[in-house]
Amino acid sequence: MHKKTAFSFPDEVLEHVFSFIQSDKDRNSVSMVCKSWYEIERWCRRKVFVGNCYAVSPRMVIKRFPEIRSIELKGKPHFADFNLVPDGWGGYVFPWIVEMAGAVPWLEEIKLKRMVVTDESLELIAKSFKNFKALVLSSCEGFSTDGLAAIAASCKNLKELDLRDCDVDDLSGHLLSHFPDTYTSLVSLNISCLGSDEVSFSTLERLVCRCTNLRTLRLNRAVPLDKIANILRRAPQLVDFGTGTYAADLRPDSYSDLAGAFSSCKELRSLSGFWDVVPDYLPAIYPVCSKLTSLNLSYATIQSPELIKLVSHCPNLQRLLVLDYIEDSGLEVLASSCKNLQELRVFPSDPFGVEPNVSLTEQGLVAVSSGCPKLQSVLYFCRRMSNEALVTVAKNCPNFTRFRLCIIEPRTADYQTLEPLDVGFGAIVQYCKDLQRLSLSGLLTDRVFEYIGTYAKKLEMLSVAFAGDSDLGLHHVLSGCESLRKLEIRDCPFGDKALLANAAKLETMRSLWMSSCAVSFRACKLLGQKMPRLNVEVIDERGPPDSRPESCPVDKLYIYRTVAGSRFDMPPFVWTMEDDPSLQLS
Amino acid sequence: MEKSSGVTNTEESGLLLKDTELRLGLPGSESPEMEDHDQNVLSLKSFVSGAKRGFSDALDGGGKWVFSGGSGGGSEGLFSPRRGGNNNGGNDLSGPDSGLGGPVLKDGVAPKPLVVQEKKSQVAAGNGNTAPASKAQVVGWPPIRSFRKNTMASHPPKNDNDDDNAEAKFGSGCLYVKVSMDGAPYLRKVDLKIYGGYKELSSALEKMFSCFTIGQCGSHGVSSRDVLSESRLIDLLHGSEYVLTYEDKDGDWMLVGDVPWEMFTNCCKRLRIMKSTEAIGLAPRAMEKCKTRT
Repeated sequence: MHKKTAFSFPDEVLEHVFSFIQSDKDRNSVSMVCKSWYEIERWCRRKVFVGNCYAVSPRMVIKRFPEIRSIELKGKPHFADFNLVPDGWGGYVFPWIVEMAGAVPWLEEIKLKRMVVTDESLELIAKSFKNFKALVLSSCEGFSTDGLAAIAASCKNLKELDLRDCDVDDLSGHLLSHFPDTYTSLVSLNISCLGSDEVSFSTLERLVCRCTNLRTLRLNRAVPLDKIANILRRAPQLVDFGTGTYAADLRPDSYSDLAGAFSSCKELRSLSGFWDVVPDYLPAIYPVCSKLTSLNLSYATIQSPELIKLVSHCPNLQRLLVLDYIEDSGLEVLASSCKNLQELRVFPSDPFGVEPNVSLTEQGLVAVSSGCPKLQSVLYFCRRMSNEALVTVAKNCPNFTRFRLCIIEPRTADYQTLEPLDVGFGAIVQYCKDLQRLSLSGLLTDRVFEYIGTYAKKLEMLSVAFAGDSDLGLHHVLSGCESLRKLEIRDCPFGDKALLANAAKLETMRSLWMSSCAVSFRACKLLGQKMPRLNVEVIDERGPPDSRPESCPVDKLYIYRTVAGSRFDMPPFVWTMEDDPSLQLS
Repeated sequence: MEKSSGVTNTEESGLLLKDTELRLGLPGSESPEMEDHDQNVLSLKSFVSGAKRGFSDALDGGGKWVFSGGSGGGSEGLFSPRRGGNNNGGNDLSGPDSGLGGPVLKDGVAPKPLVVQEKKSQVAAGNGNTAPASKAQVVGWPPIRSFRKNTMASHPPKNDNDDDNAEAKFGSGCLYVKVSMDGAPYLRKVDLKIYGGYKELSSALEKMFSCFTIGQCGSHGVSSRDVLSESRLIDLLHGSEYVLTYEDKDGDWMLVGDVPWEMFTNCCKRLRIMKSTEAIGLAPRAMEKCKTRT
């Protein structure tokens, strides 16, 4: 029974006010004001984001937020992308679907990242949620086109089916043919990862024809170039288009057909796909280039001159993904042509080659940093770097929010001075005060971590590999980075001391991954015993860690905070360190 | 919001540090020696000291290799990826900053070598480059997503120079295939490129699934041929035998071991460990296919 004062509003008013508050952080803050706000807020929260599916149980989420319409879950640690997390580790979505199927029948949207999704899960989704609208699966695996077919067939109100970089079992089920003829609500379809799944072109064209609200269409490699013109003509309202194979036999009429089709798409702002590009067909997209804001050429194996021509046609580009074929010369052109560039990703064309195959160096990065004042987000693979270049980049781009540099050979020193790159990365964290994400590479000592701990106060995610000298490095990061949420480390000489000395810090973070480091089994046990709100998982395929001396380093360690206790779905090579109530820290 | 208590709460951290008192050094010694007394200790130390060592130095072939198989790899920190003439940059543990070293081995009990992986030489066919004979690759480095690797590998980028190099590019990076086993709760993925032959593949899968066998066609009356199959293990738990089969590029299921290793890695799309009773039908097909294969 709460007092009604001049300052309290009826619940409905508060609920209406809260409906304008969308961000999770703000919603969480609102819910902590007082008990009645907590209650009101939880009944009207519509979207929930769970950054680690093991941090909380589905039952708890649904109990607190019974009226959600959208849920976003993340499963495996980020390093799973690079095959560092063994198969079977976990991240199963099925228990969540089961729980929601019963309790949240009006669920509309499910977004999953790095989770194991089965056909059974997909079929349950298709059956359980009558108003289901959006399925976004990012880097997921474990399902086949059969499961997707169930979604296509049953979800009459489906607007979005987005499969990004998923590992899908292609059973050649002709997925698109499972959309009923009466189905017209598609807005966004991304099947780019479906590999060789044959697409019936007539089915695709009919689908595109009747779904007049279609805005995003990303095709898979199996769709040949000569089919694209027909599709584009049927969907001139497209905003985001991903081609299939961008190769065909050169015929004069097919080229002009294609160019005409592209020019009919006045709303097109984003292009991707471009597998197996035949350069002579590239100019077909010139009519839309002037309005393009996003261009993903990261699978296009075309050389620098063609890339330069293309990029020069795109003055409004905000986002570019490209292979290192662009070379320093191409990046210089980019810097002078694309003044609105915010995000750049340069991928290696030959990451396992011994010698560089292209002339892409730190110079390209420096050029872009100098020419593109709005640059905020960089992912750059290269083979050499210098402190001087990094300092220049840092000074040019104080607005960086994401900076990920991968010098391909581990422990590569500054090529000019042969010194570690501590100073260069130090400049990055010092000048880029809003930096949220950082990935390090090259030769690095404990000093770089001292810089990071001192300056990177807004840093939320840090990726470290083959760096550092001692536990001091880890200690600097854990004790200094106030905003740190995710820390992932591989092949660094970090051991027990820093970890145990900063145990409490780990509860303020989402997760910590350490593999091929020097953390002993004894330390893991200790941490697990003393920190009941952490799950300390030892991942070791050599066999049970207690079959080796306690001082032996564990292979992989994954620590995350949780209110759900130990999980029950661990495979035989994962051990959770047990809580011991008598040993808890205050 | 909780803050890290590492620095201020010295008593607490002292308590923890005492629990985990660590010394750097070999079993039975007090000083931080860096010499290679023991092959196993070498593995740990070389990692800890940051020195880069060739993989082949760390193992002399004696004793059992503990493979962790494909995805998930082992700790590759032991050995150095290919060197490009980089120097250490003064990463010695004997430096002043390095107070806190790494783990120590207690009581003279040397642990098993940390899991390592070996890669075959990645010498591009037919080119005259002075590529190093053995290029040890590190799992998950450079950090490129599987989707990208697989996409680029299946269609190696064309090169102005020579098509011989195409093999040496993305295609040589890794080749993950799925391995399923009848009755196992989940799939595994293995990188075929890291194994030198059927024996190593067999060992790795054995570790992963703990009971299977690469079958011989012998029991089905197939005789004198170059069958490269290896050891036969009996599953003690189930009392049955398993055979290893694979799906080739044509979509046919074949027994593993029938063809030369290189040919196998080129045409294998996925692996399946099936009960040998189910595999009976395979052998004749495999034979026919082999006969027609040039």
